[in-house]
This record gives sequence, structure tokens and C-alpha cells, in this order.
Amino acid sequence: MEPHHVTECYPKRAPNLAARVFDEGEVIIMNPVNSTLFNLNETATAIWLAADGRTTLRRIVERDIVPVFDVDPDAALRDAGEFARSLAEHSILHLLSAPDEKVT
Amino acid sequence: MANVMEALSRRAMDRRIPLSVHVDLTWRCNERCVHCYLDHDDPDELSLAEMRDLLDQMAEAGVFFLTLSGGEIFLRKDLFAILEHARLRGFDIRLKTNAVLIGEKEAARIAELGVHQVQISVYSHLPAIHDAITKAPCSLEKTLRAIALLRACSVHVVIACVLMKPNAAAFEGVQKLAGELGAEFTIDPTITPHLNGDRSLLALNIDRDDLRKIFETESLVGSVAAFTAPPGPVGEDVLDGTPCSAGHSSSYISPHGDVYPCVQFPLTCGNVRQQRFIDIWRDSAGFGEVRAIRARDLPVCSSCDHVGTCSRCPGLAFMQGSMYGPSSADCEKSFVRTGIPSAAMLQGTGTRPASHHLVQIAGVV
Repeated sequence: MEPHHVTECYPKRAPNLAARVFDEGEVIIMNPVNSTLFNLNETATAIWLAADGRTTLRRIVERDIVPVFDVDPDAALRDAGEFARSLAEHSILHLLSAPDEKVT
Repeated sequence: MANVMEALSRRAMDRRIPLSVHVDLTWRCNERCVHCYLDHDDPDELSLAEMRDLLDQMAEAGVFFLTLSGGEIFLRKDLFAILEHARLRGFDIRLKTNAVLIGEKEAARIAELGVHQVQISVYSHLPAIHDAITKAPCSLEKTLRAIALLRACSVHVVIACVLMKPNAAAFEGVQKLAGELGAEFTIDPTITPHLNGDRSLLALNIDRDDLRKIFETESLVGSVAAFTAPPGPVGEDVLDGTPCSAGHSSSYISPHGDVYPCVQFPLTCGNVRQQRFIDIWRDSAGFGEVRAIRARDLPVCSSCDHVGTCSRCPGLAFMQGSMYGPSSADCEKSFVRTGIPSAAMLQGTGTRPASHHLVQIAGVV
């Protein structure tokens, strides 16, 4: 998927991952398939938690990142796109081209 | 991953987060291993409802690494209900089993649930030796079949080989077998006392020559020269250090809810049927005492040449008489590894016949 399309996709957390959110707002994720451990910072965690498969990445950034963190909206969108692609490459986030209707 | 893991462990220790918990779901077992430290007649296991509640409590407390063990966990009819709940609560799940009861359906479900790792005991590549240790006919055949099924589902399998006198020479055969099956391999030349305090099991420990052979096997220890090097001088930071993660960032829960610092450290700090897990973890006197211990507080070990490199197990020391005392198994290990006797050996304190050891060496094949 081209970078400019990433922001219009619907990120969804991969199923059956181990994840724990700690008090500082950070999350630890373990991909059991390849024993890869990820430690997401506060902004990345906000995106991860909002990745329900029914909200575009652009909307997540506009709703959960820009108003909460002191960031430039364009820079935030660009960083979020890179982050989402990176997690998708590690199979812990799926980037859907349409909303996931199965999510309740 | 190592850096993320180290940072996570440090933070858990500093903030007293119970990052890792080992839960024995049952002490019942379908094998009768000659070295087992458990009683198998145990009628008072936590129910499924109690287990679900405990998993909820542990998730809330910050537990991330969850090891489910026994006894034989597949004797619990509700095992998959427990695993499904653990998955919902986001744990990194590891199982310990003899795998005898794992068939195609079970292997597939384990994979579906994203279980991170299944550790399986194999004592020898030879059925006569393995089955004599488990006292269960055809147990090696069943276990190996299950390993193949799990690997076919891409489940990460670790073959654990506990070494004792009857299989002292077995590790090379099991290591080769692990490689052929695409499994990780670990050995553990550690026989621990029975949880009821009976130390007669220690007679099964391998002798010094066999332990030395392990310590001189590069595929197990990495650089033999570095592993067997004499200990150097230590700084204040070592004396201010804590012995291990038990009670600091890890804990153990028995099938009937007793909470210990570690499975090898049977200091009852509370019971989850009477108190919430987090209250036991934060406030029990037992955990408080364990957490307060620093290397400099150990009357014998603080002056030992090995204080900076010894893997002294406070649980084994506790079972030997005092959590502040030496663990003879580790004195023995340090001695065999380096040729330098420990302070306890020189003082004649806390030493036992040179036959029991504690070391866990992992090697990927």
C-alpha cells in the first residue's frame, strides 16, 4: 500500500496477540509467532488502542492524537502512517481497505 | 527484543509490577516421574470461575507473562476455557506439559489461541530411559507425536531435558532430537527437594563429572572460557543487588491459590481465595521480607568470591533452612564451573553432599 493511502485505511489490531497497557500509557505487545516484543510509547499506544478496524487512521489521528498531544497535524499523520505500516509489516496490525463489519 | 525485555524487566522491578506469574493449574499428573517434587493427590484446585477471576485480577495488576503448568495441565477438562480467558485478558501465554494428551485438535487450538510457547519434558531420545523416568509406558512415543503435531501447527516448542542420574548422558541425544523436530532445547540439571521438605530426591542429582561435561559444552553455555572463568572483584552495585526476580517482578500461584515468590520458593505469602492477588503482592509480610534482601545482607554469600556471578537461588536456600543462607546446589555449581570453592564450602556451612545443582542452560539448536 502506498504511503498516502495508509491514512485512509482502517487499522485493526491483529487477533491473539499478547498486550498489556501500563500506567504510563505505554503498551507492551508480544507477537507469539516470531517472539517479537514491542514497546509502544504513549502516542503509538493511543493509535493501537483505537485500531478497531472501523476507524480510518486519519480519523484516529484527528480524534485521539492531535487534540491530546501537542503535535502538528500533518506531521502527526505522517508519523502515524509510518508507524502503522511498520506494525503491519510485523503482522501485529492489519490495514483494511474497508471497515470491518464483523467488529461489534 | 533483548533491550526491550531488559527495560521492561527493570521497570517492573522498580515499580513492583508482577510482570511474570507461574500458575500451576493442577498437581494431578498422568506420569509419575521419579524426580517430581509434587504430591499428585490434590482435590482442592481453583475452579474455572476462580481461575477466570484470578486472571482478571492478574491482568489488572500488570501481569504480562503467564506460565500455566502443573502437574499435567491437560488433565483439566476446562483447560481451553482457561486459555480462552487468558487470551481475552492479553497475557503472553506459555504452557508446560508432558504433551501426552495433545492430539490434532488440541494442537490446532493451541495455535489458534496464540500460545507463545509450549515447553515439553523429554528425558531421553531412548524410550527405555524416558519411560522409566516417567513410569508411563509409551510416554516418549506419545510425547514426540504431540511435538510433531504442534510443530505442524507452527507452535513454538521448547524441549526441556531435566538431567538426573538415570539420564545423565542423555542431553546430546535429546538436543539432536530437538533440532530434528524444529524445537528449542533447554536442559536443567537441577533436582529440587519435594515441596513437603523431603530432600531424598536430591540423591538423583548428576555427579560432578557429568555437570562438568555440561559446563564444557559450547552449544549449551556459549564461550566455555568465559563461562568457566574465575570470578572477578565486585563493586558496591553487586552487593546492593537483588538475587533474582522472585517476589520482585515474578510470582507463583499453586492449584489451590497459595501465592509464593517462585515455584521453587515455597514461602506462603497469602491465598487468592482469601485476599485479592494485588493485595498479597503489595502488602504481604513474606514478599516484603524477600524484597528487602540484598546480597550484602547474606552472612556467608556476601563474602564469597562468587557473589557477583553465582546464580544463588533464594528459594533453594529457603528450603535448605534460610532464605539468607547459601544454596548448596549453587555453591556446587559455582565450584564445578570455576574450580574455586564457595565461601560456604570453605566455612563448612550449609554444604551438602556434592550431588545437587541448580542451573538452567538454554541453547537454540
